[in-house]
Amino acid sequence: MVLVWKDILLEVRSRELVISVLVFGLLVAVVFNFALDVTPQRVTAIAPGILWVAFAFAATMAMSRAFVREREQGGLEGLLLSPVSRDAIFLGKALTNLLFMLLVEMVLLPVFAVLFGFSAMSFTLIGTIVLATLGFSLVGTLFSAIAAQTRSREIMLPVLFFPVILPVIIGAVEASTRAIGGETTVGLGRWLPLLAVFDALFLVICPWVFSFVVEE
Amino acid sequence: MSVAGSDFAVRVEGLEKSFGHWPVLWDLDLTLDWGQLLVLFGANAVGKTTLLRILSTQARPDAGTLSVAGYDPVRTPNAVRRRIGVVGHQTCLYDDLTCRENLVYYGRLFGLTDIPRRVDEAISRVSLGHRADQRVRTLSNGMQKRASIARAILHRPPLLLLDEPEAGLDQESTVMLQGLLKEWAESGGAAIMTTHNVDLGLAWGETGKIGVLADGKVQVQEPGRYANVAEFRQVLSSSLVTRQRN
Repeated sequence: MVLVWKDILLEVRSRELVISVLVFGLLVAVVFNFALDVTPQRVTAIAPGILWVAFAFAATMAMSRAFVREREQGGLEGLLLSPVSRDAIFLGKALTNLLFMLLVEMVLLPVFAVLFGFSAMSFTLIGTIVLATLGFSLVGTLFSAIAAQTRSREIMLPVLFFPVILPVIIGAVEASTRAIGGETTVGLGRWLPLLAVFDALFLVICPWVFSFVVEE
Repeated sequence: MSVAGSDFAVRVEGLEKSFGHWPVLWDLDLTLDWGQLLVLFGANAVGKTTLLRILSTQARPDAGTLSVAGYDPVRTPNAVRRRIGVVGHQTCLYDDLTCRENLVYYGRLFGLTDIPRRVDEAISRVSLGHRADQRVRTLSNGMQKRASIARAILHRPPLLLLDEPEAGLDQESTVMLQGLLKEWAESGGAAIMTTHNVDLGLAWGETGKIGVLADGKVQVQEPGRYANVAEFRQVLSSSLVTRQRN
């Protein structure tokens, strides 16, 4: 929680992450709204894809800053010199990313709902977003730590991130399609547990890999 | 003097470290008692920073036996981290937090109790009280370095590892640092610092040991071996000249 407090305080002071990610997400919504003819008949087929394109790209933008700021200001060195386990460092950074992303999505979801004409007040849709965003933040935090050590970090993060997160995106789009289409249990019974299983896997693997990434 | 049951502040035997096929440290032995300050000289790229990084758990040795404040940095890194304070090339401070907020953050990471008092003590020790509540980005390089020293001593570690700590410090801050190191040694702690500044190193080394890192090893110098200070100074100066290696 110490890490989360510090990152939130830094974000409140610098306002460099959440606002830029939010503006990016809004632009995606507006661009797709003009580019595609979203009729009420096609909303179930089109809206989930656009929603997750926006969320996934916004996530890469948000995650890319997670460790860059730490490296630029030497904070990572200070963190690694403290007697805190590497797992705790990873989970702290992932929790911060999760909170930032959920905040962005909380603002973007109603905008998408209004522009594309679907109901955002769906428990299953919100559950899907929380589960998928948890997966995004776990994988994104790990690859952000790896990418921050490379020169071409802006390119490296999406190149590493998207192949690994693809099952989560597929699961999120499928579950969202069913939630937006008003389906309750039949389709969701398969996709939401799939998201939960991937989250559980990432929750075990990512902190373990992270400890190797940050050690020399 | 013994801290936490260990006889030596630092004991290194047969340390080896290479980067790829490039050996940096080999057969390095080093012993530092509690209450001692070791001033380490050496040319660029001889491995001074690498040695400090290994002692501070930031890098793994290829071979050798190490004991830092009584603990093995490879096997029990967190025990070592609790007992060392490190001042490196980076301040490890966040620009958008105040000096005090940065120290509170590190105090929490180290699980300290009575953090406000500890922070006040550290800030006062580096004479930064009047700027403690300003964001780090507004401080000069020298003040940021002083804040970095406050970060390193916040948890009162028995062993300080300082990599060219005088860089960026003005005369007054240098005197403050000298006093701090003397106080550290007198209270039973120990410190290793690297420097390129011969005058400063000689002055600080009067209360401890002076070593030269060359050819992968630390050679502790005995000032008594030399006819006068000028000759000793000449030896140290020549150790700072970068030599070509095959």
